[in-house]
Amino acid sequence: MNQPVSNAGVRPVNPGMAGLFWAVMKRDLMLAFRRRSDLLNPLIFFLMVASLFPLGISPEPTFLEQIAPGVVWVGALLATLLSMDSLFRSDFDDGTLEQTLLSPQPLFLVVLAKVLAHWAMTGLPLTLMAPLLGVMLFLPSEGMTGLMLSLLLGTPTLSLVGAIGAALTVGLRKGGVLISLLVLPLYIPVLIFGAGAVQAAVTGLPLGGYLSLLGAMLALGVALAPLAIAAALRISVSG
Amino acid sequence: MAEKKSWLPRWFYQLASPRWCYEFMGRLLPWFGAGALLLLVAGTVWSLLYAPADYQQGNSFRIIYIHVPAAILAQSCYMLMAVAGAIGLIWKMKVADMVAKSCAPIGATIAVLALATGAIWGKPTWGAWWVWDARLTSMLVLLFLYLGVIALHSAMESDATASQATSVLALVGLVNIPIIKYSVEWWNTLHQPATFTLTEKPAMPTEMWLPLLVMVIGFYCFFAVSLMLRVRNEILRRERRASWVRTLLDKV
Repeated sequence: MNQPVSNAGVRPVNPGMAGLFWAVMKRDLMLAFRRRSDLLNPLIFFLMVASLFPLGISPEPTFLEQIAPGVVWVGALLATLLSMDSLFRSDFDDGTLEQTLLSPQPLFLVVLAKVLAHWAMTGLPLTLMAPLLGVMLFLPSEGMTGLMLSLLLGTPTLSLVGAIGAALTVGLRKGGVLISLLVLPLYIPVLIFGAGAVQAAVTGLPLGGYLSLLGAMLALGVALAPLAIAAALRISVSG
Repeated sequence: MAEKKSWLPRWFYQLASPRWCYEFMGRLLPWFGAGALLLLVAGTVWSLLYAPADYQQGNSFRIIYIHVPAAILAQSCYMLMAVAGAIGLIWKMKVADMVAKSCAPIGATIAVLALATGAIWGKPTWGAWWVWDARLTSMLVLLFLYLGVIALHSAMESDATASQATSVLALVGLVNIPIIKYSVEWWNTLHQPATFTLTEKPAMPTEMWLPLLVMVIGFYCFFAVSLMLRVRNEILRRERRASWVRTLLDKV
């Protein structure tokens, strides 16, 4: 009856690096699809923020077209920030995060996969929705490519940097406002070059320099941010 | 454990002892205090009364003797905070954590001082309290980084966790500071030509920069004094259950 429980016969599953990456990403995407309202909220927020500017400043097309690049970018940035808090929250609450930290898999990859999944659920839809906002704000059609490309390269960086803030505050009950305080100053370079790229596209200047800088920041973020996120998660969970 | 030759000098390990640090800082304090007092008084009198007035800005330029030291110090203080945080993360030194924690409020205050003196200087020179100049903006962002560190520290209950978390944040900020600095500089020059060029800094004559140097060193000494006072308080607070702190407090 009372046989000692042993897992000697269980063959350890070694999914390999790519397998691990896809498994984590698939899980996070599936979880996100099962809670569709969370998925839509940042997008609705994005739309609402953009519609506040004509109401608050001026509905003049000539005026709006000047501020459109900045408004769309600030809106995307705030929408990303808003969605950041949920990145590790549910995993932390139900203990999955602790198990992930205990598992022998490299945390760097797990974290990168989670952030990529999060970006696919927020940054990518925001990028696809941006032309709509551009039209609402009378952004000249020459600027649309610049807007899409700069958001495509910039929003992953926003997700990576925001994840550091999310990881640092996941153990706190009221992390939401704190994340913005920690992360907003770090978003400034992305905002500058992102909005700059759109501005350049509108005026017909070459985009290459801005996009290269955004790409460079993304490369730096992919290489370094997961390290900081992993360290921050270990601190948050142990504390 | 077998003795292993370490590549780190002995004093580095002594820094890990809160008690040793407390006593060592107590011995340093009077020297730095006297130095700060002497240099700041001498520098202030020299710069405000004896240094020649600027040929274009007149006497209003004299605020440089507060503004520049504050701006330099605000940046070095962030460096110190991040390095102390890294030491705390790597070697788990409690004193390094305390230094990092004590740096944040001092650095934020000095950044505010630099911004305020900059605004006061800007009014007569540029005709505006604030312009979105690259250097002003990056100093403002530095202040935001300090405020973030302070907010994170105060949000966490356990001292140890808070120190580790703020150290990570300070290090992330340290990586970002050059990026922010250059992005802000390019942003400004890309957008519009500077409308307010601060009269191309004349190669300062000796009688002008010498008092400035005195003030900078004086500010550093003052910073050392206030940092040591804060760290000593922090040591006493965190080590309040240790016997040496008890005997120290009984004596008072």
